Amino acid sequence: MSNPTELKNWYAGKFKKFEESLNGESMLSIHETRKAALEKFLELKFPTLKDEAWKYTNITPLFAHKFEDILTVKPSIKGVDAEKYLFDKKEFYTIVFINGVYVPELSDEVNEPGITLCNLKTALTKYTEDVSLHIAKFAKIENSIFTALSTAYINDGVFLKVKSGNTLSKPVQVLYVNSGGDNLLIQPRNLFIIGKNAQAKVVESYYAEGESIYFTNVVTESYVDQNGVFEHIKIQEESEKAFHISITEIDVEKQSKYSSYNINFGGELVRNDLNARFNGEYGHVTLNGLYLTQGIQHVDNQTLIEHAVPNCESHEMYKGVLDDQSRGVFNGKVYVKKDAQKTNAFQENKNVMLSDFARVDAKPQLEIYADDVKCSHGATVGRLSEEALFYLRARGIGQELAKTMIINAFANDAVHSISIDEVRRRIEDRVAVKLDKQKNEND
Amino acid sequence: MIEIKNLRAAVEGKEILQGINLTVKPGEVHAIMGPNGSGKSTLAQVLAGKEDYEVLEGSVTFNGKDLLDLAPEDRAREGLFLAFQYPIEIPGVSNVNLLKNAVNEVRKYRGEDQLDAMDFLKMMKEKMKLVDMPQDLLNRSVNEGFSGGEKKRNEIFQMAVLNPSLAVLDETDSGLDIDALRIVANGVNALRSKDNAFIVITHYQRLLDYIVPDFVHVLYKGRLIKSGDKSLALFLEEKGYDWVKDHVDEFMAV
Repeated sequence: MSNPTELKNWYAGKFKKFEESLNGESMLSIHETRKAALEKFLELKFPTLKDEAWKYTNITPLFAHKFEDILTVKPSIKGVDAEKYLFDKKEFYTIVFINGVYVPELSDEVNEPGITLCNLKTALTKYTEDVSLHIAKFAKIENSIFTALSTAYINDGVFLKVKSGNTLSKPVQVLYVNSGGDNLLIQPRNLFIIGKNAQAKVVESYYAEGESIYFTNVVTESYVDQNGVFEHIKIQEESEKAFHISITEIDVEKQSKYSSYNINFGGELVRNDLNARFNGEYGHVTLNGLYLTQGIQHVDNQTLIEHAVPNCESHEMYKGVLDDQSRGVFNGKVYVKKDAQKTNAFQENKNVMLSDFARVDAKPQLEIYADDVKCSHGATVGRLSEEALFYLRARGIGQELAKTMIINAFANDAVHSISIDEVRRRIEDRVAVKLDKQKNEND
Repeated sequence: MIEIKNLRAAVEGKEILQGINLTVKPGEVHAIMGPNGSGKSTLAQVLAGKEDYEVLEGSVTFNGKDLLDLAPEDRAREGLFLAFQYPIEIPGVSNVNLLKNAVNEVRKYRGEDQLDAMDFLKMMKEKMKLVDMPQDLLNRSVNEGFSGGEKKRNEIFQMAVLNPSLAVLDETDSGLDIDALRIVANGVNALRSKDNAFIVITHYQRLLDYIVPDFVHVLYKGRLIKSGDKSLALFLEEKGYDWVKDHVDEFMAV
């Protein structure tokens, strides 16, 4: 066990070795960004329960580990069957990482007129200007120590740019598979730029082989320019002993549309921050989420939607199913600024508790400074409806199947609007399997 | 079919059923009538296996089995069906999904093969005709946003699909207008056969104009105080339950 200061020094101390591993690439301007972030990282403190935004999530378990950056330990990618986590290869572009290491053999690099898709490391040298124009511009290092840590070690991840008027012909699946080799720090850095009148769909997925302990610290920046449409699905199924901290920054311009589906099955300590900003009128943002937890899993979702301009609309629905002694946190803030008249903002968080020992802290917040708006929010925490259960049983459906049917229906509500059928089905199936597993373990 | 002997049951410590005796044979339709609070719905719920009710005494034999010993789903699988007075809404679970699972769970219990999608759809189509069930109700979430009449019709539709040997209709007529009542009654009549039986629980005589019972029983204060044929229902209609309450002895002697 180390203390926060020791841990900071540990991570900062790896920077020299990281620089060396970059070879000539440390000459790029991005390296100045890294160095500034490292300084910020040293300046900032790890959050404690006293910080309002971390009130329900204690990160001290993180101090018990000294995770090794993948650049300094060069993890093996052998013996991992990444392909089984891939959706239909013909229907998706894929970008694959195993233990944080890019696997070109399983990945598609797309460089067509209007579309650029590749791993970030390639983009840093090949599309330097495009990257440096946007990277670390939306995710600000002063806002989070984890963003600062990510930015100091910007190295690899995904880069997607869809230029004005173009539509990505297939969705992208970004796959991060972690096989263990305990103690890895993996820092995916994703950048998605959707141009004017452009459209894209991305599935960001995290899977694990085995029950290893590692730390994924991911920062994703999404920018949707005027009239752009972006559907962004994140499936988090890390090892149930892993740490997963994720920051997603979303900037939407005039009349653009962004939809997020933040799906969490795995991880022992999980924290997702999603921050969406409307920069132009008539924008539309959907933030949906689902968390299924068991054992001692802890999943904390924090969302912020900033209505800074008039006539925008946001919809948010987060659903949780919690078993055993697991914990969930939902802290959703909708912030309507003075000028943001005619805002429509709807937020909902619903939880079903399957055990007396599970716990959820729900904190839906509306902060409104405009007077002509339509906003609503609500949170519920309940048990499985005994009435519904009895009704199904009275039709001959066994108790366990009846439970699964009701919970599936509850959970799937958050994902039914995903437009990629295969992805939605996979998530629904996974919900059923995880519930089934919980059931079997309880028996 | 079913033999209820001296059945006593309580909810939250309060005894509601105070010794029910009733035997129903295949091919029969029994109506149970009674004022509010007499225990009609309790009887229905106890038979279906609702766990909120505590059985204090008595026995129920259903097709040779000890009904009270079975879980609610096994009672249904053995051929008992309860049409709920207040059908439950289940958001996100479609009617068709409920029925597919229900039919297959029942078949599995009976050692029969699962119905394939084609056969299942064919059966659904047939049964939908019986109760004039619109297609869109099939794909909607169970009872969610249904009108009162649609909910009751849905109960009868489910009954038609599951084809029980004994159906208990708990105030299926309540809240129905005359057209809906006729549709529901026609559905029930179409399903009547020499092999199945019905217990029709109702407050009003009116339903019995459409579903003609072989026997009418009057439930009062947790006991069946009088049995007769259809004319008993008409008698009740004429006198009213208040009269019965005030003249219990006289009524029993009629």
